Amino acid sequence: MAVEAGRIALRHTSAIPTQLLFASVSPTYADKTNATVVHAALRLDDTALAIDLGSSVRSAMGGLILALQSQGVSVVASADIRTGLAGSSEEANGGDAAAAFVIGDDTHAPLAAEFIGAASATEEFIDRWRAPGTQRTKTWDEKFSEITYLPLGQRAWTQALQDAGIQASDVSLVAVSSPSARISSTVAAKLGAAKVLDNLSSVIGLTGAAQPGLLLALLLEQSEPGQIVALVSLTDGADVLLFRTTKHLPQAQPDTTVAQQLTRGAPVSYGRFLSWRTMLAIEPPRRPEPQRVSATASARSENWKFGFVGSRDTTTGAVHLPPLRVSADGQRTDNMQDAPMADVLGTIATFTVDRLAYSPSPPIVFAVVDFDGGGRFPIELCDIDAEEIAIGGRVRMTFRRLSVTDDIPNYFWKATLVRAS
Amino acid sequence: MASHGIKDQIAIIGMGCTNFVEHWNLGLDDLIVNAANECYSSAGIAKDAVDAYWLGTAQGGMSGITLARPLQLQNKPVTRVENYCATGSEALRQAAYAVASGAYDVAMALGVEKTKDSGFQGLNATPPPNDGTGRTLTAAAMFSMVAPAYAKKFGVDATELREAIARVAWKNHYNGARNSRAQFRKEVSMDTIKNSPKMAGDLGLFDCAGVADGAAAAIVCRAQDAHKYTDKPLYIKALSFVAGNGSGLTDPTYDYTTFPEIAACAVDAYAQAGITNPSTEIALAEVHDCFTITELVLMEDLLFSERGTAWQDILDGRFDLNGQLPVNPDGGLKSFGHPVGASGLRMMFEAWLQLRGEAGPERQINTDRTLALTHNLGGYPGEMVSFISILGSQLG
Repeated sequence: MAVEAGRIALRHTSAIPTQLLFASVSPTYADKTNATVVHAALRLDDTALAIDLGSSVRSAMGGLILALQSQGVSVVASADIRTGLAGSSEEANGGDAAAAFVIGDDTHAPLAAEFIGAASATEEFIDRWRAPGTQRTKTWDEKFSEITYLPLGQRAWTQALQDAGIQASDVSLVAVSSPSARISSTVAAKLGAAKVLDNLSSVIGLTGAAQPGLLLALLLEQSEPGQIVALVSLTDGADVLLFRTTKHLPQAQPDTTVAQQLTRGAPVSYGRFLSWRTMLAIEPPRRPEPQRVSATASARSENWKFGFVGSRDTTTGAVHLPPLRVSADGQRTDNMQDAPMADVLGTIATFTVDRLAYSPSPPIVFAVVDFDGGGRFPIELCDIDAEEIAIGGRVRMTFRRLSVTDDIPNYFWKATLVRAS
Repeated sequence: MASHGIKDQIAIIGMGCTNFVEHWNLGLDDLIVNAANECYSSAGIAKDAVDAYWLGTAQGGMSGITLARPLQLQNKPVTRVENYCATGSEALRQAAYAVASGAYDVAMALGVEKTKDSGFQGLNATPPPNDGTGRTLTAAAMFSMVAPAYAKKFGVDATELREAIARVAWKNHYNGARNSRAQFRKEVSMDTIKNSPKMAGDLGLFDCAGVADGAAAAIVCRAQDAHKYTDKPLYIKALSFVAGNGSGLTDPTYDYTTFPEIAACAVDAYAQAGITNPSTEIALAEVHDCFTITELVLMEDLLFSERGTAWQDILDGRFDLNGQLPVNPDGGLKSFGHPVGASGLRMMFEAWLQLRGEAGPERQINTDRTLALTHNLGGYPGEMVSFISILGSQLG
């Protein structure tokens, strides 16, 4: 998800990232960096730093704050999958999301929104807690949270306005992110901004580390140039960021807005939902389990595996997926250039549904995809019902985790239908 | 490009074939011993008269020792070969070339597989360590992609196409019911076939060949020596092999309605054998019906049917046991079973029985034609190896 958000963000700026900051409460790896996976999939330069910000919800807001204080161009990406014990309100109220921002100054690229002020307040208290590696967060008492966050939020808000030299009423739109939808709206109502953003938490859910970024994205999607927007995050303290949108905002709007994405979902049965959360084990087929990925082979094919970069024969222009050293006609060796294919659309030439093969979420829907401008690759489809697939269907590529074996995730790409919004 | 062939230089003088089934009580070694002894006996030769061996097994074991040990061979050369599901044919091909080279007088090719010791369903290969981006689809799913492409290109209604592929399964089970060595020996009705649960795409349970354990073997010698062993040898007219390069998976011009490797292999095989009109010159064909849709396309790639019409020929009964060109008279992979290393040789075994009039009254084909074709493939649409042999009961 962080990769998907990052790709959307990077499509709308000419700035070249020099660092990537990544935050998630449920990252794939401990010890090993997760941000390097995102770095590889976004095909950032080797010289760019890529680091994880830690597995707290506040890390995501922290990433934005640190990036605004940094030199160079930062990509700040946060992603989270929120669930809880079966039947809990945590499960019902949780949502999955990712957000990404490209942050720099106007020497790098035109600014869509200018940072004008910030403030933070920090206090140590246990309103919620989780053991590392587990899937549920326990909460103490929402009333305790409310009486703790309200003054923290108000203090940070007042200071941020001072820092920016503005009044509360100058803020056109404010969003409040917190572990509770009720606390968010209670605090938001007391801030005195012109309007409060609808968090869409009843539709999307509360998305943990992705929440501040999600709300900032919504703020920017719903603003006009020349407006002041505010993001307030109430998590283990309070953080406030103030921005003024610029005339460049329209061209920075993503091609796929949050509103558009919300129209593209489909119902999922509770059983399947639980199996996706790994809370329900489904019977595997009587087939060998997937082997673990070879680290050395993956390192050699980093561009292909993580970046979906094939090779193009410089003489014939033929695209080879996966990349080959020898051209398809057998005539030339090492006569290739990189062919980045992740953003190229394709058409389904033929397809099938495999009900026998191993999959974390069977059956496997699979198609032979012919890409615009050349190149073919047979590949698994995702986010699709078996009945929807047909010859001629249009698909786009998306970065996914195919399976996990021996605690090593197998990352690669899948195709998904281009859906009208 | 030189593919001269070795027409009429080599003869098969003996063959053996175990029955194909889940041999819970027989290991790889037992299958090897049983098939080899039947083969020595068939050729009427002493074991020591075989000078060299080619062992075909995809996953049964590495090295020629896998054959030498159970047979307790005495200082003989043994080579283990593998070429996906064409492994058995590959073994015969190598043995034939070795004798044709003059290096040996008599050689044996033996194919064997134990598919039922893993506890897993279907054929499962263990690929070498890799970057995780390879396909994990079953063979059934890979071949099932042919069906929508074929239907669309040739304007065949989906129902008619399902009828045609069901007919292939019906035919092969009908034939296998008449074969004491086959894994499945009951006729199956069209309704049962069409109503079976879908495995992958439009392929149901009965559209997919099962896997089995088994072994088959052949002994070859120079054609001019054949009379020393038998007065009914089979002469090798053609051995053709094409290894695809995976282009169908990367080249958008491949349309999934044909297997180019097989089409090229057929042209070479017919040229080697001097055949100009396959469907009238060949008495029977054993082809690689791993899936029913595969057999349908093979009819066109082997030039038995015009492009886009095989489905009609199948429904007309052209390839039935009593049809104009019987295909898979022994039941095929579908009904006989598919121990990977053995299948290619099992196909030749049916040619051996049929052309020598030894197939038995239930399925003997009565014909003046003296040629048989065996076709064995491995891999998937877009990435295949293809083998074709043409065998004949007469020289010339």
